Amino acid sequence: MNAPVKIETSLKDWETDQEVRWCPGCGDYAILKAVQRTLPQIGADPANTVFISGIGCSSRFPYYMETYGFHTIHGRAPAVATGVKLANPDLDIWLVTGDGDGLSIGGNHMMHVLRRNVDMQIMLFNNEIYGLTKGQASPTSREGTRSPSSPLGSVDHPANPCAFALGSGARFVARGFDVSKKLPEVLIAAHAHKGAAFIEIFQNCIVYNKDVFDDFAAPKGAEERQLWLENGEPMLFGSEKTGGVRGLALDPAGPGLNVVTVEAGDWQAAGVLVHDVTNRAIAHMLAELPFGPFPMALGVLYDDPRPTFEAAVAEERRRASEGKVASLAKLLAKGQTWTVDGTAPDPI
Amino acid sequence: MASQAAEAAPEKFGQDMSQGSAPDAVTVRFAGDSGDGMQLTGGQFTLSTALAGNDLATFPDFPAEIRAPQGTLFGVSAFQINFGSRRINTAGDAPDVLVAMNPAALKVNLEALKPGGLIIADTGEFTKRNLDKAKYDRNPLEDGSLAKWDLLAFDISELTVEAVKPFGLGRKDALRSKNMWTLGLALWMFDRPREPIHQWLREKFRSKPDIADANIAALDAGHAYGETAELAGPLQQLHIPPVESAPGLYKTVTGAESISLGLVAGAQLAELPMFFGGYPITPASAILHHLSRLKEFGVTTFQAEDEIAAICAAIGASYAGQLGVTSSSGPGIALKTEAMGLAIMTELPLVIVNSQRGGPSTGLPTKTEQSDLYQAVYGRNGDAPMPVIAARSPSDAFECAIEACRIAVQYMTPVMLLTDGYIANAAEPWKVPDPADFAPFPAKFLEQKNAGDNLLPYARDENGKRPWIKPGTPGLMHRIGGIEKAQGTGHIDYSPANHQAMTDARAAKISGVAVPDQDVALGSTSGKLAVVGWGSTYGPIHQAVGRARRRGMDVSHIHVRHIWPLPANLGELLRAYDNVLVPEMNTGQFKTVLRDQYLVDARPLTKTSGQPFSIAELEEAIGTYFDGIAGNEGGEVPVNDTQLPSPEAMNP
Repeated sequence: MNAPVKIETSLKDWETDQEVRWCPGCGDYAILKAVQRTLPQIGADPANTVFISGIGCSSRFPYYMETYGFHTIHGRAPAVATGVKLANPDLDIWLVTGDGDGLSIGGNHMMHVLRRNVDMQIMLFNNEIYGLTKGQASPTSREGTRSPSSPLGSVDHPANPCAFALGSGARFVARGFDVSKKLPEVLIAAHAHKGAAFIEIFQNCIVYNKDVFDDFAAPKGAEERQLWLENGEPMLFGSEKTGGVRGLALDPAGPGLNVVTVEAGDWQAAGVLVHDVTNRAIAHMLAELPFGPFPMALGVLYDDPRPTFEAAVAEERRRASEGKVASLAKLLAKGQTWTVDGTAPDPI
Repeated sequence: MASQAAEAAPEKFGQDMSQGSAPDAVTVRFAGDSGDGMQLTGGQFTLSTALAGNDLATFPDFPAEIRAPQGTLFGVSAFQINFGSRRINTAGDAPDVLVAMNPAALKVNLEALKPGGLIIADTGEFTKRNLDKAKYDRNPLEDGSLAKWDLLAFDISELTVEAVKPFGLGRKDALRSKNMWTLGLALWMFDRPREPIHQWLREKFRSKPDIADANIAALDAGHAYGETAELAGPLQQLHIPPVESAPGLYKTVTGAESISLGLVAGAQLAELPMFFGGYPITPASAILHHLSRLKEFGVTTFQAEDEIAAICAAIGASYAGQLGVTSSSGPGIALKTEAMGLAIMTELPLVIVNSQRGGPSTGLPTKTEQSDLYQAVYGRNGDAPMPVIAARSPSDAFECAIEACRIAVQYMTPVMLLTDGYIANAAEPWKVPDPADFAPFPAKFLEQKNAGDNLLPYARDENGKRPWIKPGTPGLMHRIGGIEKAQGTGHIDYSPANHQAMTDARAAKISGVAVPDQDVALGSTSGKLAVVGWGSTYGPIHQAVGRARRRGMDVSHIHVRHIWPLPANLGELLRAYDNVLVPEMNTGQFKTVLRDQYLVDARPLTKTSGQPFSIAELEEAIGTYFDGIAGNEGGEVPVNDTQLPSPEAMNP
């Protein structure tokens, strides 16, 4: 792929003339704005940008972006996007999916697009509920979630999207949430990553699962409950104001993390880990941190590129074609042939 | 029919030849354990037959298991070839020669053999243990139960071991060359040169010259055995002269090969790179295998995580401006159904190849059937019209694949190409076409706005086709999707009048696809009986109608390639006959379509045994229209005793 030419745009250039049809107050509005704010910052070209989605509230996203867009079928967006990228690797692809679309009906495709490492940004809007079908429990709903399909509370254990992505072989895994001011930074990092970049975006469904992320996303107490990861920086959260600065350190008793208290700003003395985005083992631990005893790990958990699928496919085709002339006539006549002479036409 | 033939004094195989007149066609069946290499033997015998200038048709018949337990009835693999100095359309009803490499192969295939036919059996495999596995109480080679056939039994195993002795192979490895020994004998029987097979063996075992030499020695030994044992009873040499064919370059192709080549040709005629999304499934995988070796033709093959991803990726590639193609068999096609709806709704070109097999569900993976016609024509949610084309033979599949690409690109629609397990695996001679004989149909992409300052992605041309717009084109950003779209703009629109109009527009576009008028394959354009076929029944119908006509019956053969939309003249044509008989390897699906479309009294003739129709059973069905017995028309075909029974049925 050639280095894309940076294009000057403003937020307005990315808005379509279509009326946005999400519920008033839906977290999707904030994500839409964050994306429309991000694209001018990275110099993206609307004509070269494709938003591809599956089915669900989140998957209406392409209709609101003044780019190319393909609203596909339930769960299959990663497969469609793989075909688009293989056919034209120069396109900049953003995949929009949700917890039901991307981890339930489309879980298989999600696993394989990550494993193959097809270059695209995958935004999984996690609202822990099926919104468009009116509120059934989803694969990320917490145990006990009461919904029309689980009136006594759901009994199945939820999936952890970032752990799923890492387990599938993703080389970029990040987390953000709808109204976070830092979401564009996460999106910019995802876009800078060459390969499949997985971003879990917690999204507030104000109708069917209202404020389910407030325990860490609410502005009050956010410092205590959010650990924003920065590459090369210590994993610190909290502040003197909120009862002390704390950090994550390796558990001396065995593989695992502990919360340690940082005295007088000396995080090194406390053994606080410095975030290394290429450390896969730590990324797994961060993805799986139980919220409550630990803060919610946000930002880029893991970023360690490897060659992309579309590059490997193009290279394979180049090698296979090397020194060969693609003559159809020769191809048809290939193999053991014989010639019939004579002029008698062949009666049936 | 075998039953009638049995009443007459059996004519011994080769008898007429000894009187100086060779038969104009011979059918040979090679049968052995699935590990015996019978498909390879058959394939090479086919090649030598083709090189000898005979016309031919083959029928590979093998179990679904890769290596079923050795010596068992369900592990029998067979390869039948019919060849001759006249035009051959089928793999032959009953074989004249049966090569049985073990007791199980004999048991499973014996009943199919013509009375008076020749059995060649390897006594080395007729051990107590193998007889037990084949459920024989006594050795059939010795108990006189094979009296109505000619029997030639000798120890092929030992002769092979003897022949390859100089190469120092262990007994087990030596025995692997048994199939080449047998092939050598068959080459002698039909007066074929060995050189092409020598060449092939040297090529195949290039890195293992010892193995190549051992196989060549076995082949030569089999051939020499024929020469020296010429006086030994029934074994006689037979020369089948070449068939008269139109001049040109020929080769043998299987349906899977010709479809792959046709898709490559179609993409070139459309001036598009091809994207092929596939997932392993019998009997469709061969197309994925062929295409994955043709990358220099701008072909990208993608083995997806499942059937759904295979078609979705192909749709994605079409969206991005390539020719998307996907391929599968019945169960896989079922999985792709929702995505076909997406391609119909978004009006993107796509070719879907269905290599039909016995169903429902997993059904009969390696056996042939035509039971996906309803699925192809009707099998989607919503009003979802889609063109359907059916190939009638391996060589016809080439043109059908091009035709599918043409319609897909010219009408911006998915197209289903129906083939089946028989066509996919069977080989026949093919006059190598000249690509220049096909008219190109280059794809056009919209480069600028098509309505003044506005873009209308769903504006339609005179064919009802919308423009193809590649992402990446400056200024033409737009959104498409599976949700109902407003006419012209493509914006989301659920309004009643719009859905009515869009449903009508999609239907009109497909019913307006230009399809050539239906011709009559054999016979006249009116008369007492039309036998209407589609797909791989072409060969047996053609032969049966030909024979009936020679007996004076007023019967014609119509073979339909365009299943949907149907040729515009078909209704009128069918009404010109007193009777319409529709033989199908299903329970009567095309019959239903014809009745629905034309209100004609099409009668079904159905068969779902996993085996192709024999000529004899079609002839019999045609005969019922001419014997004056009212109500005796059509009906269901009993599983014919000239056909290979399924091994599973023999050993439940």
